[in-house]
Amino acid sequence: MYGKGLRPLSIATVAMLALSLSLVFFYAPLDADQGFIQKIFYLHVPLAIVALVGFVVGGVFAIAHLRTNNRKWDAYSYVSIHMSVIFGVAVLITGSIWAKASWGHWWVWDEPTLVSFLIVFLMYATYYPFRYAIEDPERQARYASVFAITAGAFVPLNFMAVRMAQSLVHPRTFGTANGGLPGEMMLVFLCCLATMALLWVTLVKFELTAKSASGQVKRLRRALDAPAPGAASRIAPEVS
Amino acid sequence: MDALASLLPLGAPALPLDEAGKYVAAAFIVFMVLLVVYVAIMAAKLQRIERELRELAGFAEQRKQEEQRDEVNA
Repeated sequence: MYGKGLRPLSIATVAMLALSLSLVFFYAPLDADQGFIQKIFYLHVPLAIVALVGFVVGGVFAIAHLRTNNRKWDAYSYVSIHMSVIFGVAVLITGSIWAKASWGHWWVWDEPTLVSFLIVFLMYATYYPFRYAIEDPERQARYASVFAITAGAFVPLNFMAVRMAQSLVHPRTFGTANGGLPGEMMLVFLCCLATMALLWVTLVKFELTAKSASGQVKRLRRALDAPAPGAASRIAPEVS
Repeated sequence: MDALASLLPLGAPALPLDEAGKYVAAAFIVFMVLLVVYVAIMAAKLQRIERELRELAGFAEQRKQEEQRDEVNA
């Protein structure tokens, strides 16, 4: 059920990745201020936006779970958050590399943008032990949904707080009085953003398909009364 | 071969792979490595599911044969 349309989606993602990388290196003009280093922008910023939106989407799925009590939505919420945490790791690493190249430091502790993203990331990193600590699957799903909604609501609040705070070194690219990105850079950026969003959707679908297959195997094992191969995962929700 | 190599720079503009180039390359390589690691983990998961399915199919087959044998004996 979850695997439907996965192949064209994967092909589209790979094609978009190739197109975006080509545009980044062979079409986008060099930045007058930062030069070649600014190419990291096309990777780092879309990853960050998609990761943050993914956290919010996880919260929306959690609301659907609490409203309907359908475990499917809990699985969607779990996978969305899981994928956004992975994207978050990439954001932190690429951001650190950019910071080192641009500012000479791997991390700047008094920069609100960096620290706020780290706080959000660490908050979601606690989602796994929080989930793992609850044995009963029903309670686990319910508490995890409450966590996902609360944390998901914190993400836009945190984003707005950072936008209102005074930045020290991290640039504000969009919606500034100075005009933001020039046309060619904006085009490449939007292409990269679409690619990252597509990649996120594909990986979420991939993960859900794998979980669904694993759930079906467990159900089949129970129906056949076959011996279990080993301890099953207690963290990930089962998808039927 | 040499002629082909000489044509490459015409199609692709030169990338300034100096000090900045190393950092840009590192950022993109980290992203690709993360992606490959994730796909490898998923591939391992799918292999495990496939193995379990094979086991279950064998188990079901064995049970069916036992049932048929019991029927013949009865």
